[in-house]
Amino acid sequence: MSGTQTTYNDKVVRQFAVMTVIWGIVGMLVGVIIAAQLVWPELNYGPWLHFGRLRPLHTNAVIFAFGGCALFATSYWCVQRTSHARLWGGPLIPFTFWGWQIVILLAAVTLPLGITTGKEYAELEWPIDILITLVWVAYALVFFGTIAVRKVSHIYVANWFFGAFIIAVALLHIVNSMEMPITLTKSYSMYSGVQDAMIQWWYGHNAVGFFLTAGFLGMMYYFVPKQAGRPVYSYRLSVVHFWALIFTYMWAGPHHLHYTALPDWTQSVGMVFSLILLAPSWGGMINGIMTLSGAWHKLRDDPVLKFLITSLSFYGMSTFEGPMMSIKTVNALSHYTDWTVGHVHSGALGWVAMVSIGSIYYLLPKLFGKTEMYSTKLVTTHFWIATIGTVLYIASMWIAGVMQGLMWRAVNTDGTLAYSFVESVKGSYPFWAIRWLGGVLFLTGMLIMAYNMFKTMAGGKTQDMPVIAPAGHHA
Amino acid sequence: MDINDLRSITTVLGLLCFLGIVGWAYGKSSKKGFEEAANLPFAEQDDDGATSGTSHPR
Repeated sequence: MSGTQTTYNDKVVRQFAVMTVIWGIVGMLVGVIIAAQLVWPELNYGPWLHFGRLRPLHTNAVIFAFGGCALFATSYWCVQRTSHARLWGGPLIPFTFWGWQIVILLAAVTLPLGITTGKEYAELEWPIDILITLVWVAYALVFFGTIAVRKVSHIYVANWFFGAFIIAVALLHIVNSMEMPITLTKSYSMYSGVQDAMIQWWYGHNAVGFFLTAGFLGMMYYFVPKQAGRPVYSYRLSVVHFWALIFTYMWAGPHHLHYTALPDWTQSVGMVFSLILLAPSWGGMINGIMTLSGAWHKLRDDPVLKFLITSLSFYGMSTFEGPMMSIKTVNALSHYTDWTVGHVHSGALGWVAMVSIGSIYYLLPKLFGKTEMYSTKLVTTHFWIATIGTVLYIASMWIAGVMQGLMWRAVNTDGTLAYSFVESVKGSYPFWAIRWLGGVLFLTGMLIMAYNMFKTMAGGKTQDMPVIAPAGHHA
Repeated sequence: MDINDLRSITTVLGLLCFLGIVGWAYGKSSKKGFEEAANLPFAEQDDDGATSGTSHPR
């Protein structure tokens, strides 16, 4: 900061934006490796680099390192711009960056060593859980502190989504991570039996609902209007979208436990709320896509907008598929098969990654004092490679998943199983190879992005931009 | 009256609260405020689009 002019704190946005790309490459590379291990089992070297150890590393890296950094970067940018205020919190701000990077590094060390709680998407052991909590509380203070010192009366809808994501993730993380430490690297959950399972999937599904949805919808509500150059299609719909998601998502978790020891009524409640979720999800998708109404021509030559709008199409697809899969009779076929993996990646690659990539492409030139990316052509290339990769990935997993489900349930006239498990494994091979190829394509796109990013950064200015006084608004 | 009545009441109140929010969001009184809010991302000078003239009519 120089002189009397207040500037936005873009240093932390710059740090998180660059690390989004770096962690994206790392996380997706691990994904490509484990996809290859399924096709070529010889690639399972020793205990540390075995599929079982690398798989949680992949999920943690893409969700919390790649997705997390993208959320920090975009929420810090958005909350400052729409509040006309510099980030509040002083030393707490760099703490959120460095603290989060240390969490990621600790995950990268402990997971291959086999240090895990065994809870999906919450594998990290108790000392790391405590660090996550500290970073998250700092994040909440910075974000809501900035909202508190805003110079405009309204809180823009994107900030509602970011805010809900921050609060819900704090709640989920603290409740699900209640554990009794035995040693520095081993703890046991405070819960047991079916309660433990239910709390785990209350956490698990809301990690999808709030980390991977609400946060990224915040991105959508800021970056789609910005890149399209027009306000969101319907602000009213965005308000209803927000509250409908908040009221329903918390109850959808039991659909992860269909046909288990969970009471049947609880399973039905989870199914019904999952079906209801279709409405707000599609309301949000339509709101985002229709923002382009009257300006569709912009899609033709703006690859950033292509990323953002395609991400919404995938969001619509996976939020249609999700409720369908939560229906118990459909779930009887899809559960434990690769269909689930395909569904998750339709959301993860198509929605979460693409909306993040689009938003980061929007941010990078602005963060480094350029008018546009080093090469817009390469952004277009990235878009097409990523889209083809995603389609290959999810289509192959659908086919493999439905095939597995049908083979596992097929019985002979005398009631014995028609196929052994290993026959379904054999039948899945070609589709696992196609999935690996899809992953390779998606990773290639990220490498192109990294090249484009470093070229854009080269010789760029990293001077913070002055805070704009809110014209026409009264504080 | 046992705990289950309380649970039912909470559910009904939750639904009413949500319907109230919908009514408020689509009511006349919030229109102007929402229009201001929707234009919040466009208050920066470097913007090449969106003035209030391009806002959607809904």
